[in-house]
Amino acid sequence: MAKVDWPAADKRTLIGKRIDRIDGPLKATGAAKYSYDINRPGMLWARAVTSPYAHAEVTSIDTRAAEALPGVKGVWRDTEKEVRYAGEIVAAVAAETEEIAQEAATRIRVQYKPLPHQVVDDDPKFFDAAKDKLNKREEGNVDDAFAKADKVVEGEYGIPVIAHCCLESHGQVTEMRDGELHVWPSTQNVSRYSDQLGGAVGVDQNKIHVECQYMGGGFGSKFNSDKWGTIGALLSKQTGRPVKLLLERDIELMTAGNRPSAYARIKVGAQKDGTLTAVEADIWGTGGNGGYNPPPVPYVFKVPNTRLTAKGIRTNRGGQRAWRAPSHPQGCFLTMSALADTAAALKMDELEFFLKNVSLTDRAEVYTEELKIAADLIDYKRKAHPRGDPTPGPVKRGLGMSIHTWGGMGHPSECDVTISPDGSVEARLGSQDLGTGTRTVIDIVVAETLGLPLHAVKVQIGKSDYPASGGSGGSTTVGGVSASSRLAATAALNALFETIASKLDTAADNLEAVRGEIRQSDKPENKMSWKEACALLGVNAITKRGSNNPGESQKMHLMDGGVGGAQIADVSVDIETGIVTINEMVAAQDCGLVIDLKTAESQVYGALIMGITYALFEEAVYDVKTGRMLNADMEFYRLAGIKDVGNLKVHMMTGKGYDERGVVGLGEPPVISPGAAIANAVANALGVRVPQLPLTPDRVIAVLQKGGNLA
Amino acid sequence: MKSFEYAAPKTLKEAAALLSDKWGETEILAGGTDLVTSLKQHITEPKRVVSLRNISEIKGIEIEKKDVRIGAMTTLAELAEDKNIKEHFPSLVTAAIGVGSPQLMSVGTVGGDLCQRPRCWYYRNGFGLFAKHEGASLVREGENRYHAIFSNDGSALFVNPSSFGPALIALGATIAVSGPKGKTRKVPAEKFFQTPKTESDRETSLKPNEILTSIFIPIKGLRNATYEVRHRHGLDWPYVTASVAFQIKAGTASDARVVLGHVAPVPWHSAGASKGLNGAKVDAASAAKCGEAAAQGAKPLSKNGYKVQLVKAAVKRAVLAAAA
Repeated sequence: MAKVDWPAADKRTLIGKRIDRIDGPLKATGAAKYSYDINRPGMLWARAVTSPYAHAEVTSIDTRAAEALPGVKGVWRDTEKEVRYAGEIVAAVAAETEEIAQEAATRIRVQYKPLPHQVVDDDPKFFDAAKDKLNKREEGNVDDAFAKADKVVEGEYGIPVIAHCCLESHGQVTEMRDGELHVWPSTQNVSRYSDQLGGAVGVDQNKIHVECQYMGGGFGSKFNSDKWGTIGALLSKQTGRPVKLLLERDIELMTAGNRPSAYARIKVGAQKDGTLTAVEADIWGTGGNGGYNPPPVPYVFKVPNTRLTAKGIRTNRGGQRAWRAPSHPQGCFLTMSALADTAAALKMDELEFFLKNVSLTDRAEVYTEELKIAADLIDYKRKAHPRGDPTPGPVKRGLGMSIHTWGGMGHPSECDVTISPDGSVEARLGSQDLGTGTRTVIDIVVAETLGLPLHAVKVQIGKSDYPASGGSGGSTTVGGVSASSRLAATAALNALFETIASKLDTAADNLEAVRGEIRQSDKPENKMSWKEACALLGVNAITKRGSNNPGESQKMHLMDGGVGGAQIADVSVDIETGIVTINEMVAAQDCGLVIDLKTAESQVYGALIMGITYALFEEAVYDVKTGRMLNADMEFYRLAGIKDVGNLKVHMMTGKGYDERGVVGLGEPPVISPGAAIANAVANALGVRVPQLPLTPDRVIAVLQKGGNLA
Repeated sequence: MKSFEYAAPKTLKEAAALLSDKWGETEILAGGTDLVTSLKQHITEPKRVVSLRNISEIKGIEIEKKDVRIGAMTTLAELAEDKNIKEHFPSLVTAAIGVGSPQLMSVGTVGGDLCQRPRCWYYRNGFGLFAKHEGASLVREGENRYHAIFSNDGSALFVNPSSFGPALIALGATIAVSGPKGKTRKVPAEKFFQTPKTESDRETSLKPNEILTSIFIPIKGLRNATYEVRHRHGLDWPYVTASVAFQIKAGTASDARVVLGHVAPVPWHSAGASKGLNGAKVDAASAAKCGEAAAQGAKPLSKNGYKVQLVKAAVKRAVLAAAA
């Protein structure tokens, strides 16, 4: 009988190896179809009209001129009277061609009565104490701890609102056919995409079919069908035609999700030997026009005496959405910046200081090992210097570090594995591949379980008609689908064993599937090929369901939650121009049992690039007076390119102490530390802290001029 | 974009005849890297777009007497790879490569670079060239980190985005322009750029029905270089650019010109810095002094004070690079 536990290291043929993603060639050649590539017969193109006002009452929407344009087939008007941010969608039009839709959108006349707006997020005076609650948390005896501390270090730090800027923008194609709604959205949540859509458009959820085979990034911003999903479906109902509505870049940046900002005054108390004793943080920031979840400060380090107050400032900006590791990059940046400044004030080496305090974390051993590996990878001993690079000349070099944590326990997931009499195998589950390698991971797990090569298994995901699997958020996918597909494949294999055991004159318990054969474990020469075995099924295929119950799977060590990671950045700062350059970044990351080493490493590389981008370039710039986002484009909403990221090194923690935990998610953790590590490296290079991300020349020069360090 | 008539004539005369004498009624299409975006964003809504694509006489680079002549429709990539340009005008090569995007370099043209409209984000968001709102300048009170630090007393606070403007002025180039009757006039590069006085003016001295045809750069053996302060390596704008050109005779500089980009509504010829460099031995000290001189008179807005420091650094580095 095949066991459900993960195979021991010496028995693994695929798991943990460096395997190319199975859909790589399809993506590289353009054969993979994304939502934007879906073209249905008779399809219309839709365009949205957005509010230019940050806050206004819509007094009328006149679509007559648009409807009079030949080729226009449908219009949608919002019934909501109040617009709360510039860029909010108020109307839409569907037409025969994209060009007609564009032209028609400009003919929709919307009358607004402007209302007062507020977009400033970095000044705590805009906190409205009458409307919003002050968030407070206190543990231990903070005042006493500060009074007794050998050193108290204070600083101000800030990390702005950024957007997700998924390279594939949000949107979908919708089609009503025989009373059923078919949707091809770009979504992180195939199985539950229709939860909000059904009610909004008056179609039963059992008549909504969702399909997303490939997607170009979500990062937490694509869980729901959203306003544009509703508009597309309603336009399809209205016109009886398929409708394509994908957001243009400017609308996407304004309306499809913000990562909340966080600014803070932080006070840290420590003993002479570096031991942390107290942290106090006053935090403010915005989650847009909704509420505000304060970031965790202190982060990772469980300092005994802490006091936190947080003020959420409501702004007339688009609403917040989960952004890869919600709240963690902010909490990490604020905490690790303050801790590095504390180390500097104590004249302690930053690495020594972090190692000194890892005992305050939940996984001291992991962090210690990771910090040492990261230090070796970046040649820390040779490169490290106290704050302020003493080298003459305008270019100063520095190192900085950070550690982070995340849960990443797999989500509930159902998977069906079918073994057909011809020996072919299929796995079906309503999961999705965000570009992370989920399809490949499922293939690896099923193929490994059945002793087959990767190509023998057909992985079917991306449809809501398949068994339900969780949304891909919070690093929950790899654990969830690995467990459900392992359970399903094991159950199917055992059913096959039952069928053929008598033919091999042994019990099903004694059989194993290895390298395309089924054989008796203790007498390997008693065997038959996979094909021969499956032929014995006659006309009855085997289909078994694997249901991942997270609690049970954790007990069985199929999956687990909770990881640590450490990163170190090596940067150069040109003190005459304020330009920060990344020389090298290293990441040591734990994620339990690695299914595919290559796609796991890719996740970390991608996270480092995304992290470098928010450390150096990204911020949503708003004009205070008009309330408009000024850089809703990819010209001034800057993303890092290949030449901007320096040399990246990734070390996955594997083997004893990691593998036996089972699979843990990896999407979020490595994106948490880069901002902190890079900012600390800049402080180490310059000898002075640049307190706010992104680390642009204006901010660097301003600090140097204040500190008088400008060459 | 709004629908428009498209014409792609074969001669300059035909092209000029298709152009209106009023700005905005017609637009000239060269590489399209700026115009197409402006059309899509309804920054401009012309009735007719006149493409210069089929006019062969304004393409290519050649030596004419003592000048290098660059046809306006020469692409950035062609310019960056041309052997005469490489030999005589490294400051132009640096400016072209600085654009950073192979796509833009392959279709963007030299003439288009000189005529492109400001990148000011208020302008691009539909607030107009001067970004006036309720009688006041949105730029002056708002997000002006990328705006002008020189010549910013008037309504125009944007910066000229041209990559080649500063280098061409430093090199003493002349710009040839063809008028409605096929007549050609020549303008010194410095006079080609101007600060618009009204919302409907443009940033060059071209008339609405004139076409930039060629650029003539004298071969005078000037040492020349461009230094751009850039952050992102691909497809981005410099914060500040400095282009310099000068002779070195018996170890000292003469005929010096120091021109800045991205600091004023026009490429900014720094007369003080140019004068200061003449007669000086070119070394680190005089280069730094030249940078200080170039920054003289800067009047930063609320959020662009850092650019003054960038001017000092860029000029110093350009001078040293030219002398090297």
